[in-house]
This record gives sequence, structure tokens and C-alpha cells, in this order.
Amino acid sequence: MAKFSKKSDTSQEIPTSALPDIIFMLLFFFMVTTVMRENTINVKQQMPEGTELRKLQRKSLVSYLYMGEPKNTSLYGDEPKIQANDVFLDIKDIILWVSKEKDKLSENERDQITIAFKADKEVKMGLISDVQMKLRKANALKVMYSVRQRTDNM
Amino acid sequence: MARKKRAAAEINSSSMADIAFLLLVFFLVTTTIANDKGLTLKLPPNPDDIEDVDVKMSERNIFKILINSSDKLLVENEPVTDVKEIREMIKAHVLNNGRDPNLSEKPEKAVVSLKANRGTSYEMFIAVYNEAQGAYYDIYAERAGVSNAKWREISSDLSNPDNKEIYTKAREGIPMAISIAEPNK
Repeated sequence: MAKFSKKSDTSQEIPTSALPDIIFMLLFFFMVTTVMRENTINVKQQMPEGTELRKLQRKSLVSYLYMGEPKNTSLYGDEPKIQANDVFLDIKDIILWVSKEKDKLSENERDQITIAFKADKEVKMGLISDVQMKLRKANALKVMYSVRQRTDNM
Repeated sequence: MARKKRAAAEINSSSMADIAFLLLVFFLVTTTIANDKGLTLKLPPNPDDIEDVDVKMSERNIFKILINSSDKLLVENEPVTDVKEIREMIKAHVLNNGRDPNLSEKPEKAVVSLKANRGTSYEMFIAVYNEAQGAYYDIYAERAGVSNAKWREISSDLSNPDNKEIYTKAREGIPMAISIAEPNK
């Protein structure tokens, strides 16, 4: 077996000098794609599932309304509540909230504002329809129900 | 002046990868890929701005779906247990073209009416609404000769003129008429 015992003179090391570069590349990718969540969600969020999802094209036009049972039930009770930008809203405050959200957009885009409902699946339709009625009054007519993609193929 | 030969000044960079890894893991953990996907809906205008007009619509054109407070379904006055049945029923209703006297006269006139109760769960409502939209997407996708998923992609991006053309062509004569009624108490 002299054939195999022959040692080669080349170094056995794998050059790792490019490793930091590769890792930095990945790092920059994640740094760029990361969206830091600017507000903590204080309501339960177990979203319903659907199959016919559509993607939103312009994320700048979207405002989120979170609906669900508060996480801190001892403080806020267990009735479903509406949350927008870190605060709980009453149903009557929605019109004001919508006009504030619209003010953030440029003038020609204001009627294209989309309200995304991130509602817990336990929420009752009574609350949803009350909110929708206020949105109609506030003239924010584009709505999206955020749902998760159903993964099984039933 | 004979100077001592110095070793080449070198920073040990072998731990660079470790530092970068640490940062990478941090961003991996904190990243939440925004999922802005969902079911779209256009609300009717402010009720105060609409004049009350009596629209006469023949009963056969309306496909009624009722959901009660215990999430039970009543479709065209028949109880239905499986939500997924609704999709085929809507497709048959819309594309009836006057054949069956109980279903719609023309696709233009067909309306899907969805009425929930205030006690209906959001989950059930979404499931039904999903099927109703899905039925229309299936119809459009078939006319456009693409898959349902592809159709949804096309219809989400109408800034592209090719997409716009396919979109208007497929929707011609079949408006998506899903009416969501005010829930009763």
C-alpha cells in the first residue's frame, strides 16, 4: 500500500479568509430586509386562515387595526378591543384615527388608503361590522382582512 | 542606527467571522418578514351619502348565504355543513346563463349576498368570504387561461399594462358582486 501512504506536500487547510465576507453579506441582507416592529401588539393575534390571498402592492398606503382579546386581561378585561399604533381605540375614535392616518399620506393618495384588519379569529362579527361602518363614514373604503395562508391542501 | 527588525503589524481578524455571526443571528431572530397578504374588500360608500333607491332584483339572481351566531350556514335556504361546497355552488350560480330557473339569469346580474350575525365568529366569516372570492377568482382564472394563484398575482399588480389587459378581458361581463349585508343582532 505504498501508493496510499504517500503524503502530498500541499497544505490541508481550507482557506477561511473569505468567511467573514460571506457572513457580512448575509448580515447586510438581513439588516436591509428587517423591519423593526414599531409598536407592541397588546391584543391576541391568532389570525384565521384562507387560500385566496392577494398581496398588497403599496405598503405605504396601509394602516393596521389590530382586534382581539387583550393580552393583559386583568387590566383591560376580556372583551375584544381595537388597537392602533400602540393605543386602544374606542369605536367612536376610529373616524379621527382614519383622518390622522390620511394626513400622513400625500394628498392625491388619501382616498387610496387601505385599512388592514389584523383580527383574532375569536372576534365576533359585530365588532368587525361596527368598525367597517365607521370606516365607511370616514371614507376609507379599501379594506384588507389579513389572513394566514392555509398550508394544508384540504 | 541599526534598528531592530519589527514583526509586521497585523490585527488578528480570525474572530471577525464570529462577531459577524453574532450580529447575523441577532437579525435573524428579530426579523419578522412582513406578510401583507389577505382578502381584499371594497366597502360601499358612506350610508349617509347614498340615496335610498329601490333596486328591483329578481330573487333568482341573488345567491344568499346566511351565517348564524353559532356559525351554522344557510345557503339558498338549505343548511350546508361544509364551507367548501359553497365555491362550486357560486360558480354554478354565476355561470348559469338562465339554464336553471333557480339560478342567475346572466353573470352580470348574479349577486352573492353574504349576511352574518353579530355573534358570528370572524373565522367563519373569513372562511365563507374566502370561498366566495375564490369562486370568482376561479371563474376569472379560467377565462384568462391561467391558474388561480397566477390570476391573483395578475390582479394585484394592475400597473403593468399586460396584466391590466388580461384583467379587464377576464372580468368583462362578470362583475365580482359579493354583497356583505349589515349583520343583524
